[in-house]
Amino acid sequence: MALSKKTLTQMYETMNRIRMFELKLQELFAAGEIPGFVHLYLGEEAVATGACSVLTDADMISSTHRGHGHLLAKGGDVKLMMAEIFGRQTGYCKGKGGSMHIADLNLGILGANGIVGGGGPLAVGAALASKYKHSDNVTLCFFGDGASNQGTTQESLNMASAWKLPLVFVNENNGYGISCPQCKSMAVVDIADRAAAYDMPGVVVDGNDVLAVQEAIAEAVKRARNGEGPSLVECKTYRWRGHFEGDACTYRCDQELKDWMEKDPIPRFEAKLLENKTLTEKEVEKIKARISEEIDDAVAFAKESPLPPVSALMDDVYA
Amino acid sequence: MSEKTYLQALNEALRQEMEQDENVFILGEDVGQFGGCFGVTQGLFDKFGEERVIDTPITESAIVGAATGAAFSGLRPVAELMFVDFIGVSMDQLFNQAAKMRYMFGGKSTVPMTLRMPQGAGIGAAAQHSQCLESWFMNIPGLKVAIPSTPYDAKGLLISAIRDDNPVVFLEHKMLYGVSGEVPDESYTIEIGKADIKREGSDVTIVATSQMVYTALAAAEKLKADGIEAEVVDPRCVLPLDTETILESVKKTHALVVAHEAVRFAGPGAEIAAFVAEEALEYLDAPVKRVGAPFCPVPFSPPLEQHYVPGVEDIVEAVKSIR
Repeated sequence: MALSKKTLTQMYETMNRIRMFELKLQELFAAGEIPGFVHLYLGEEAVATGACSVLTDADMISSTHRGHGHLLAKGGDVKLMMAEIFGRQTGYCKGKGGSMHIADLNLGILGANGIVGGGGPLAVGAALASKYKHSDNVTLCFFGDGASNQGTTQESLNMASAWKLPLVFVNENNGYGISCPQCKSMAVVDIADRAAAYDMPGVVVDGNDVLAVQEAIAEAVKRARNGEGPSLVECKTYRWRGHFEGDACTYRCDQELKDWMEKDPIPRFEAKLLENKTLTEKEVEKIKARISEEIDDAVAFAKESPLPPVSALMDDVYA
Repeated sequence: MSEKTYLQALNEALRQEMEQDENVFILGEDVGQFGGCFGVTQGLFDKFGEERVIDTPITESAIVGAATGAAFSGLRPVAELMFVDFIGVSMDQLFNQAAKMRYMFGGKSTVPMTLRMPQGAGIGAAAQHSQCLESWFMNIPGLKVAIPSTPYDAKGLLISAIRDDNPVVFLEHKMLYGVSGEVPDESYTIEIGKADIKREGSDVTIVATSQMVYTALAAAEKLKADGIEAEVVDPRCVLPLDTETILESVKKTHALVVAHEAVRFAGPGAEIAAFVAEEALEYLDAPVKRVGAPFCPVPFSPPLEQHYVPGVEDIVEAVKSIR
């Protein structure tokens, strides 16, 4: 199906927003301005963007510890995210969650998750709630190649399939579970093969091709909305940075990274948009400039925001 | 008001809550037609159908996690694990997900999920089906932990748990399912975190939970023959713990024995003894005594199992050592 100029432009913007957000975080982390851990999404922008582009605000996503891209693609507020990552009172979670725990239930973002494989059962619950309420909302469960080996993920695939839940499992196979390459952690080459065990469609797509991701997820979401149950879409991609910022990445070779950087999803998409005249060079520049400004504003907002008062420590433990 | 068993009281609580709120549903292993491992959900499948009484695969992580996900998507699930011992399989979904969500998300979510789990020794089920694990849950901010002893408390606390916007771990003792007592037919609630004085007395406070409440009451009758009047305080919930009622009682009786079936070492009694020592040491005429299970797995063979569970004599002896 041909996508509208508006949709394509939005996708292009989202990919750039994720890229610039993450590059800015990389810089800020190196400068010692951000507390805790950050797990960057650089290089994987096409997955979140393509996947979330087919969702409505009422649809839901469960995310991972590498969640910034998913949150931004689902419409997360850049300022509130940045402030949260800075640990500020104005952040999404009032500085209580940080990078790994940002949620926005109004946008169907059920939270990034600090536990590998933690999000699967939660996504099942969200999809179960949709079915229970007879709504046509769909939940996307993002999970990595590492998480695909967790029991929780297998339990979730099974339960979702047994109950025909409106759920799409979006596997982001970036090749590494922390430092462990896929070849050492599982015998299968395609994680999508595991879908067969649960009698659901398993599809492999080029995770660096945003349109390929979009198409595969659109098909899976359609199935889910029609009450035909879950699917597993494996998006093959690559993590440009280490597992976390500060990871020396001694476990992989430079050539591998170089090869993947040549498959950078953003210039690829941009070339396509220019070629078919969806966007002009000038529009591209304008978009980039605007997003760059947006990110700078978010950083300024975060830095100007107050840290949470110590008196807030015990707030929100209980409802 | 009529006589009902603890099991019937729980069943009635579930039925009445499902009748009054369509967002309440049940999920767990064999909770449907089978009626639950111990029969607590009996008849609910026929009444409410498979969409509201959902049989799950035997996958505890997915059960607890799905209940959590459904809870923050606007439903009020009541999940059942067949035995509390299986919580280890799904602990991450309980303590890292359900319990932490609200705080981590800056107060923007609620997790109105109830997790029912039978615990305790007494049916010859051996070490992996007989533990009392309330002290695990007591150590997790974000959870509430109810541990009712009577049919009356079981019904009122379960209704409160279902209506609570926090994840509530609801610990039933499997030896109590057949115990009868007066239970109102109508729906009612009992405040989560409010203790109940099961017997008034002036000479010693016995704080006892779950099945140990009956053991403590029997001990109190024995002690009466020796002229010792014991007050039996049932916290009914160990998180939040009604420290106020316990302190008031200790200030009146000047002596404290804590009795629970969980292992004594680092059990709930350790916390109770410690806060009483901090808050009311000057009221105590003698050291606090704790009665709990020995530090070993629950044994299988009947004489060993019976010996494992603290008995009336253990409580009598503890009281007499300080009174």
